[in-house]
Amino acid sequence: MKIHEYQGKEILRKFGVSTPRGFPCFSVDEAVKAAEQLGGNVWVVKAQIHAGGRGKGGGVKLAKSLDEVRQHASAILGMQLKTHQTGPGGQRVRRLLIEDGADIRKEYYVAALTDRATQKVAIMASSEGGMDIEEVAHSTPEKIIKVFVDPLVGLTAAQAKELADGIGVPTASQTQAIDTFKKLYTCYMETDASLAEINPLILEGNGNIKALDAKFNFDSNALYRQPEIVAYRDLDEEDADEIEASKFDLAYISLDGNIGCLVNGAGLAMATMDTIKLFGAEPANFLDVGGGATTEKVTEAFKIMLKNTKVKGILVNIFGGIMKCDTIAAGVVSAAREVHLSVPLVVRMKGTNEDLGKMILAESGLPIIAADTMAEAATKIVAAVK
Amino acid sequence: MSILINKDTKIITQGITGKTGQFHTEKCIEYANGKACFVAGVNPKKAGESIFDVPIFATVKDAKAATGATVSVIYVPPAGAADAIWEACEADLDLAICITEGIPVRDMLVVRNKMKQKVAKGGKETLLLGPNCPGLITPDEVKIGIMPGHIHRKGRIGVVSRSGTLTYEAVAQVTELGLGQSSAVGIGGDPINGLKHIDIMRMFNDDPDTDAVIMIGEIGGPDEAEAARWCKDNMKKPVVGFIAGVTAPAGKRMGHAGALISGGADTADAKLAIMEECGFTVTRNPSEMAKLLKALL
Repeated sequence: MKIHEYQGKEILRKFGVSTPRGFPCFSVDEAVKAAEQLGGNVWVVKAQIHAGGRGKGGGVKLAKSLDEVRQHASAILGMQLKTHQTGPGGQRVRRLLIEDGADIRKEYYVAALTDRATQKVAIMASSEGGMDIEEVAHSTPEKIIKVFVDPLVGLTAAQAKELADGIGVPTASQTQAIDTFKKLYTCYMETDASLAEINPLILEGNGNIKALDAKFNFDSNALYRQPEIVAYRDLDEEDADEIEASKFDLAYISLDGNIGCLVNGAGLAMATMDTIKLFGAEPANFLDVGGGATTEKVTEAFKIMLKNTKVKGILVNIFGGIMKCDTIAAGVVSAAREVHLSVPLVVRMKGTNEDLGKMILAESGLPIIAADTMAEAATKIVAAVK
Repeated sequence: MSILINKDTKIITQGITGKTGQFHTEKCIEYANGKACFVAGVNPKKAGESIFDVPIFATVKDAKAATGATVSVIYVPPAGAADAIWEACEADLDLAICITEGIPVRDMLVVRNKMKQKVAKGGKETLLLGPNCPGLITPDEVKIGIMPGHIHRKGRIGVVSRSGTLTYEAVAQVTELGLGQSSAVGIGGDPINGLKHIDIMRMFNDDPDTDAVIMIGEIGGPDEAEAARWCKDNMKKPVVGFIAGVTAPAGKRMGHAGALISGGADTADAKLAIMEECGFTVTRNPSEMAKLLKALL
């Protein structure tokens, strides 16, 4: 689960990490009022969307007067902000963050994430802050310093110093930097984050260390014990169909193609999508109905897939294990009737009660095309939509 | 022979009284030598009772002491699953198989590091399979987990995969071609897990009753590449490889918590390329995994 920058900064402040002062705003008037309240003579107007690269897309502006705050806020609020992470349509800006301007002497990068290979928490830091870290990793990998933290021990003083030295924090600011790294690690663990990134982490003219940005991602398996994080969820930033699907415990992700697929199991679902592509078309979605699919769940899955008007055909691929093929077949038949299915439907069923399932489909009188293998199913659905 | 488990393995079920645990324990007992293999269950509140004639004990330690079991299978719900893994480890079992899906990553990080620390201090190593996995099976001997038993057939092909239903797909293809499996292993779809592709490939390589292996991976993480590199120098048997997720968009979690592209090496294409370089016969068509393998024998 992702959150907004201003929410990330609230979390960081809670753990004692210093950030600029600022207020989230939902209208232009609120933005101007926030700037007045902050005082001073330089403010930053920042678009709040869940995607990165906001600055390059025109979503972050410096204002040197209240008039400029008003101008920038009017321009940014409501815009379709396009960045390398939003897709070509962009994301509508519904919230702003109005912040104090900062006196930046140097920009660093720091992030905490789980390292699968070592099964430890990696803290990565770099002297090249403010840039895309993947770019830095690619062109100047020596400028990324990494330490691996044993969760039974925590970030040690020596590791934190290694990071501060490695990215060249001046001596006078080292204590603050080390303290920031430790707090970031604690915050990462206690909030069940899967990514906590500060880019840039800045050194101010007066030697203070501050988080100028905050990007968090949280482990969805742990949300049940993080009610404060769940409260930050912004449904406007998420795909409406994916939200609807999650209500029925369906794992759904929309894609750009025209063949809807309904599969049990995440691996088999991806393999089905890949087979569709291999045979010349593109999948319209990823959809895993999971292990305990009922007729109701299958019907909902059909409804969600068909909301996408690009869908010209549907491929159902079920490997019956614990879930029996006849149960799924009954669900498919009932769903196809309920939604008055008007696009071609290919069903491939394998495993437990396969023959019974096929019989139910054949006797339904519906124009369902049967297939024995994934490859055959893909060939048939691709031919049917052409 | 087979890997990790056989008809003589004695097994404890942690979470035997829950809905999932009950359902699958019954199926496992019905399969092949299951009745003799599943010797104990654990539930602190129901010690002294029994279910399907399997005695229930308060702790894994008690169950092990009373039955001599060396393996446990865990169906405990996510919030308590990491503790259940640690309990199996503290009881010095040989292997814990965790079926549970949805365990918080932080819990897995902590328990994995505790397990490693125990070994570093000279304690006995308990292997972990999973979490979020279907388990493993040695056909006609014993099935530990949630896979459908009837699609399997005793044979000489090893199968290893991160995904449940994709493992079944490969198994069914192998069975349909008249071959069979020595063992089929689901290592699970979570980012922090126990046994990895490389560990299972080592075991299949050493198993005199395995002639060839189907290795199935998916997007996300370095495990498949690591296994492929090891195989290049060490594997004496032919391997067919498939990676699911060529069509997966970057940055999206595809059902499995671990199936997420967060860098160039995570993509299916990158993994397929490394596997091919390392001597695997790779395919982009998951329908022909077994057919390709048969051609290599």
